Amino acid sequence: MVIGMTLETFLQQLINGLSIGSLYALIAIGYTMVYGILRLINFAHGDIFMMAAYFTYFGIAVFFLPWYVTFFITIVLTLLLGVGIERFAYRPLRNAPKTSLLISAIGVSFLLENLATYLFSGKPQAFPNFPLMTTPINFDGLTIQPVSILIPFVTLFIMIGLLFLINHTKVGMAMRAVAVDYDTAKLMGIKINGVISSTFAIGSGLAAVGAILWCMKYPSVLPLMGVVVGLKCFIAAVIGGIGNVKGAVLGGLILGFSETLMVAFFPALTGYRDAVAFVILIIILLFLPNGILGKKQVEKV
Amino acid sequence: MKKTLALLLSLTLVVTMVAGCSGNSAATTNSDVIKIGVFEPLTGANAAGGELEVDGIKLANQLRPEVLGKKVELVIADNKSDKAEATTAAARLIEKDKVVTVLGSWGSSLSIAAGGIVKSNKVPAVALSATNPQVTAGNDYYFRVCFLDPFQGTVMANYAATNLGAKNVAIIQEVSNDYSVGLAKFFSDAFVKLTSDPNAIVATGNYNTGDQDFNGILTNIKAANPDVIFAPGNYTESALIIKQARALGITAPFIGGDTWETNELITIGGADVEGAVMSTFFDDTNPLTEAGKTFVAEYRKAYPDRQNIPAVTALGYDGYMLTLDAIERAGSADPQAIRDALATTKDFEGATGMITINANGDAQKNGAIIKIVKDGKFTYLNTVTIK
Repeated sequence: MVIGMTLETFLQQLINGLSIGSLYALIAIGYTMVYGILRLINFAHGDIFMMAAYFTYFGIAVFFLPWYVTFFITIVLTLLLGVGIERFAYRPLRNAPKTSLLISAIGVSFLLENLATYLFSGKPQAFPNFPLMTTPINFDGLTIQPVSILIPFVTLFIMIGLLFLINHTKVGMAMRAVAVDYDTAKLMGIKINGVISSTFAIGSGLAAVGAILWCMKYPSVLPLMGVVVGLKCFIAAVIGGIGNVKGAVLGGLILGFSETLMVAFFPALTGYRDAVAFVILIIILLFLPNGILGKKQVEKV
Repeated sequence: MKKTLALLLSLTLVVTMVAGCSGNSAATTNSDVIKIGVFEPLTGANAAGGELEVDGIKLANQLRPEVLGKKVELVIADNKSDKAEATTAAARLIEKDKVVTVLGSWGSSLSIAAGGIVKSNKVPAVALSATNPQVTAGNDYYFRVCFLDPFQGTVMANYAATNLGAKNVAIIQEVSNDYSVGLAKFFSDAFVKLTSDPNAIVATGNYNTGDQDFNGILTNIKAANPDVIFAPGNYTESALIIKQARALGITAPFIGGDTWETNELITIGGADVEGAVMSTFFDDTNPLTEAGKTFVAEYRKAYPDRQNIPAVTALGYDGYMLTLDAIERAGSADPQAIRDALATTKDFEGATGMITINANGDAQKNGAIIKIVKDGKFTYLNTVTIK
């Protein structure tokens, strides 16, 4: 235990937790949405995140495009990548057993990782610096990068936008219908393919936003950067209740705060930081098998 | 449509696989060739370090492509910066490619992982920049051409206490990396002894290879307010640590070990790594030997557009040249004979200094170079000799 931790240090740790937790949340939403519709854990999501980081890196550092053009292109390309993966790797298997779909997802994940290593080399690339976002500001002993304040707001904004989309628009209604009963939704004339594509588009778009913010804060780009991030965000989605957007955000925040607060209170255990995610996951699944906000599911016979 | 797609996908798979293996030359059965295995991380977290050593080995190979009238063939194996992959890569080099000796690897953990394989197969290996004592300890088949961490830790502790006037330090170590943990320990021991203050280490932070967020441990360290922060570890993580420390308003100087001297530290760290200080093996502006001058001249010829010559590239060069010297002295390409010749190396003139192999299989070196990042370049600061 840190004896006599000052209020400043504690607040600083809370800000650290809020900022990393919001990033987890942003990426966890992508897992949760796909799971909600397809009952598929999209293991390639972390690698879609990695590809988005490379798109941004190439746009700014290699092709010297202005940042707003790069961000736009990154989001569009990542979105197309996500939709493309669904079209070619998941759709042909839609009527196959769920396990085949899962294996296909793992295959796509490996393909993307190796493709990135082959195309972009295994060496880390330096993500361009955004001084406006990264130059720290001092608040009475607290030092904060503007991007750390921006991230929670972006996550909140996106969550509200998504909840509106899901609950108050026609596409959202179709998504909910497909999530509840795939076959009936089809019989009701809902264009299943369109709904699933838009789900993947939204999830991948969020991965792109997450990647841009992540790299502003942690400016190195690597082919395997999506592995740990993907795993943690998947855990965040499960903790919050997979299939539930609010749950994903909650799970992400819980994970971010517990990781940082463990480091704050038990400095000797900092090397086990990644283990925290798994410990929390096990504890929550023991008591709430469907996650904190997850609905109880009845297996249909 | 589906069939064409399946075909296309499998084709991509095959192409990537072939591409992934392109580093390995096809196995030749020609006995006029002597095969030397190069065991380095070429992908993953340590890829940049592995590449620098391979540069040095290849340069040496171009200068001296033959020994005992036979052509030397380099067989390059990627250990993927992963301890489990490292044993597989070493086993493949020895058992499948039948190399007579092995060079590498960057990263002590990876070298230690391969230790058992070279020992049980009785094929000698020369570590280039792996500084942890465990690499050669208890292993008659592992040698090295660089100095060791107890020495390096003492050098940096001296630098912190004497040159920087530090009374206390914080340590940030990569717990999954034997090199980092070992060096941090040798540094702490030496620093505590120098300051005669058992509480001179005011904070310790641990992280894992591949971590990107260090704000938690850095916030703790900021609260401890150390004079200097010693953070030996992989270059990418170290660059991110220094960046995040500066963003949190930590102004204490950062010092580290030999693994920092890669361009990635500077490209990722940018202006924030200015002033970072590390110990290393070689200074290209002031080579100590004739072999060092030759190496610098040849390197400049081969890579005219590069500025700094990384120390590990010089060690790669030395490792290759020493191995060829041993093969020549052994008079045969038999692994056991090469091993015995390596073990009796005395006053071999390497680019990084004179190399004499002691009973542990280590090069006896008592000098280290201190470099500082200045204007985006690794710049010579001074040479430290400890008797």
